[in-house]
Parts: sequence; C-alpha cells; structure tokens
Amino acid sequence: MNYFILAYRNLRKKGIRSYLTLLGICIGIFAVVSLITLSNGLKLAVGSQFGVSSTELITVEGAGNGFGHPGSGQVNPLTQRDLQEIEKLSSVKAAVGRVIVAGKIEFNNKVVFGYATNIPSGKDRDILYQQIEAKTAVGRLLKDSDSGKILLGYNFYANKVGLGREIVPGNKVNIQGRDFEVVGIVEKKGSFIFDNIVFMNERDIESLYGSIEEWDFINVLPRDKKEIDKTKEDIEKLLRRLRDVKVGEEDFTVSTPEASLEQVNSILNAITIFIIIVASISIFVGAIGIINTMTTSVLERRKEIGIMKAIGATNRQIFMQFFIESGVLGLIGGAIGVIFGVVLGYFGIIGINNFIGAEIQPQISIYLIFFALLGSFLIGAIAGILPAMRAAKQNPVEALRG
Amino acid sequence: MKKEIDSDKAFIRLNNVAKYYEMGESVVKAVDGVSIDIKRGDFVAVMGPSGSGKSTAMNLVGSLDMPTKGHIFLDGEDISSLNESELAQVRGKNIGFIFQQFNLIPTLTVFENVVLPMALQGVPQYEREEKAEKILRRLDLLDRREHYPNQISGGQQQRVAIARALANDPEVILADEPTGNLDTKTGLKVMDFLTELNKEGRTIVFVTHSPELAKKYAHTIYWLKDGKIERVTKERKK
Repeated sequence: MNYFILAYRNLRKKGIRSYLTLLGICIGIFAVVSLITLSNGLKLAVGSQFGVSSTELITVEGAGNGFGHPGSGQVNPLTQRDLQEIEKLSSVKAAVGRVIVAGKIEFNNKVVFGYATNIPSGKDRDILYQQIEAKTAVGRLLKDSDSGKILLGYNFYANKVGLGREIVPGNKVNIQGRDFEVVGIVEKKGSFIFDNIVFMNERDIESLYGSIEEWDFINVLPRDKKEIDKTKEDIEKLLRRLRDVKVGEEDFTVSTPEASLEQVNSILNAITIFIIIVASISIFVGAIGIINTMTTSVLERRKEIGIMKAIGATNRQIFMQFFIESGVLGLIGGAIGVIFGVVLGYFGIIGINNFIGAEIQPQISIYLIFFALLGSFLIGAIAGILPAMRAAKQNPVEALRG
Repeated sequence: MKKEIDSDKAFIRLNNVAKYYEMGESVVKAVDGVSIDIKRGDFVAVMGPSGSGKSTAMNLVGSLDMPTKGHIFLDGEDISSLNESELAQVRGKNIGFIFQQFNLIPTLTVFENVVLPMALQGVPQYEREEKAEKILRRLDLLDRREHYPNQISGGQQQRVAIARALANDPEVILADEPTGNLDTKTGLKVMDFLTELNKEGRTIVFVTHSPELAKKYAHTIYWLKDGKIERVTKERKK
C-alpha cells in the first residue's frame, strides 16, 4: 500500500485554497533556512574582516574609534607613552603602533581616496608581517631601507579600486602629491580593509603627514599565547593607571580576535533566536492551517472514506492515508520554503561579499536542507493526526452516504 | 414466512437481525427481526419499496453496519462479534461491493481503482497488477486503464466497479441497485455479467426495486416491507 502515491494523487487535485494554508510552514522554513545560511556566511565574513587569522593578537584602541577605519574622532587617542609602557609589560612580547591615514591616490590620470597604514622598522616589521601574515602575490614586501616605495593591497592589482587599470610592481603611484614606486602586491585577504590599503614605511607616512604622535591602535603580541587573557588584563590595568580612569569608565578598548568574534557571534546568535521565534510562530500558524485543511478534506472526502472502508480498508489504513497526506502537504510547504531560503541565503552572501569586499563561499548545508524537509514533513504529519483519526473513525455506512 | 432453505447449508445467515436508528426522540426500525439463510452459489434479489430497509439489510450482510440485535454469520463465522479492523478484513477478502453510484475513487485511474482493494490486502505489487490487468481484459476495459472515472461513461464506470469488486476474488458479490443509474440496455449487460459470475459459483445478492429485474435474474427473492420480510419466492431458471 503506497500511501505516498495516494497522497500525491489527492494533493494534485487540491485547489489553491489548500496550498495557501501552506504559507505559514513555507515562511517559517524559509526564514530558518535563509537565516542559518546567511548567519553562517556572516560569521565567516566577520572572521575574515579581521584579516588576521592569528588568534594570539591583542588589539588596543582609543575610545571613539570606529571598527577598523581612521583615527579621526578619537576623544582620547593612544599616545607614544601608552605604546612604550605596554611594551615594557612582562607579559608582552612585542607591541606595534599602527595608524591608518586617509589620502588622495593618483594613477593612470585617475584619482581616488584611499587609506594608508604604517609599517614599522626593525624587528617590529617582522612581527607585524607575521601578525598580518603578509605574503606577496607579486613583487616583494617593504624593507627598512626602502624609501619612497609602497606595498599595495590586492584590489589595486585586481583593478577594483577605481583607478582604471591594474597596478603592478614597478608602477609609480602618486599619493598626496608625491610619487611612490610599487614594490609588491599583498596576497588576497578577502577583507575590505586589507585588500584596499596602501602599506608605507613609517618614515614615508611621517614625511607626508608629519611625525606620528598618536596611534589609531596598537597590536600587542603576548609573551605566552596561553596567557592571552592575563596579558589583556595587564594592559587594561596599565592603561587605566596611565590614563587615570576607573574600571567601567575606560576610554580605550583591549580586545582579542576571539573576544571580538564572540561578541559578533553573540549578536548573530541573538538575531538567530529572534528569527527562530518568529519562524516557530509562523510554523505553528502553518500547522493550524494544515489541521484546518485536512479537517475540511476529511469532511469533503467522507464518501471516499466510506468506499475505501467498503473495499476493505482498515481504520489504520485510513488513518495512515490522511496522516501521510498531511505530512506530504507540510513537506510541499517546506520544500518551497527551502528553495526560497537557499536562494536568499545564496544571493545574500553574494550581496555581503559585494558590500564588504569579502569572498565568502555561500555554504549551502545538505544537513540543513534535509532536516528542514524532514521537519516540515513531521509538522504536517503531526498536524494531520487529529483529522486522520477523525477520518479513520467514520462509520462506513454514514460515510458512504456522503 | 416460508422457510424453504436448508439452514445447514447456509453460507450467509441473518438470525433475527434488527437495526434501529435513533432519530431524536423516536426510534426508526430500519430492519426489524429479519432471518435470512442464503446458500452458497445462490443468486438473491432483495426487493422492496424505498424505505423498506433493503439497503440497510444489504449493509448488514456486507458487514458495513453492525446490527442492533441478532447475529450475522458468514460461512459459519459470527461477524456481528468482530471488531472494526476484523470487519474490514472480512469485507476486503470475502465481499465485493457494487453500488448504484459506482463509487469509484475519482483521483485514481481505472487501473488503480481495481488495484486498490488488493493493495489494501497487501497483495504484492507485481501480482496485483497482473491480476488487475486480467480482470480489466475480461471486462473489456483494458483500453481505458489509464482513464479517470470522470473520463468514461456510466456503463464503463459500473464495469470498473465490478472489476474492483472481483479484485480479491470474493465469494460474495453484493450489489445495491447496480442498474439504478444506467440505461436499460447497459443495465441488462451488467446483470448478464453478474449471472456469469454466479455461474462461476459466486454468491450474488442484489437490491432492486424492479420486480422484472428480480424475477428475470434472481433464483431467490426476498420481499421486504417496513423492515420485515414479507415473503420469499423461488424462481425456476433454465
């Protein structure tokens, strides 16, 4: 006895009214599938925006600093003294001061506004290169002896910054009115910040913008990466003392990539919970819709139930017929939801990529699709239990009368 | 009431059976103390005006309905004591129903309608499809196998209903006004086919309000009135 074929035959004849009741399940499953796809993508995207896969790096920022971009607007920026004192901490292996400056970039008779960041000299250079995992796609990295030379983010090479053509090592690029020779292109990072930035030796930045007195942020490498949280506390204690602020009134932040990711993830998780609640309500309403549709269907098909019983169908067989049919109804709603959810998830990730310049591969999870479909079938089937019981209990003689 | 049938040979026996319906305050006695013995291989007509209880009696014989009083035996087994699931088994295996309204499942094709009773009994797919094909061929319906009931004529629908009734090779065929929705010529064809089935040894019970039809085809006629058997007549057939 193939209940699925029977269900398919009956559902094929159903009117649009029956399918409208599937909207609830459809929207619920759609929300769950698209959201999970999107949020997995977002987590990857956010992770990539740090541009640093090194989990042992601590970032110190002055208050009022936005995420990533230039130090303007800092109420209380980090000073040279802050940097020197942090370097002296016993739990700190190295600290590197970083600035990001905005400027005019001219090439190929086109002008764009972009950002440049400093590369320190000496051992700090190696530490920074290690921290940001700097490798070149073409050309070479900057050396201490370089002057008037720059290293560019990948997007300059990929012609994605609006300068009309790709820039390769050997090209001259004018920055803030001065010509610089390109020595290399950094490997693609998939991060908007890293792929669009100009790397310059600190001396060259100072020659354009004057000597650096304040830092936008400081990269700190802990002596022992297992003690990263202790190092973080040490820095916080030190800066509170130096800047004379109390606990809870800090005008700076000290963050580890993990902590930052956790923060973002906790926001994403909160959104996920919210959407799941909305989806649950929608699915619940959808289930009520299925109960309604199936109850109507039992009434409409009383005669058919009577015929089935006359030709030997047991109560259990009648129950199974309606139970499976209801499950398939839920499955149809779920399948439509999955299709739209996957489509939105997929294009959503592509949208995020375009927006922040990341290159996240949309992850369409087979498990997610499988469980979404299984779930919608079960919801439909469960919603069908009462109507199916009602169908099974029909008295054959009365049912045959229609 | 004449009692001419040897009760020891009774295949279907209704023993003082009554069926009452409560309609608000009053009680309708649809069947009121009926005793019938039907021999194996008999061709029986249940006659009577509308409201005489003939359809109710038929439903009781077909185990579609449970009597309020009395006992019903099918081949010696008391089916009035069976539960719903066992009754369904009895219907599926031993009884083939033919209705006035044909009562085919509209969402299934002719072929699937014939396969359905076998599927309900768990007959393996290959076997039931082969059987359905054989029956449809016999009823000259093979070229309609993929049609839906609403795509074929009334006469063809009733033939499909007969094919379905034969699916599980039942010993008893119950027909409730089988010609009621057909023109005379088609109706007679259906009756001829029932005669053919009777000659194969199947017991046929049909309900009709047409004395001509009853007299022409039945061997035994039960005349019902007001839920009771008025008389039983025997027809001599060549």
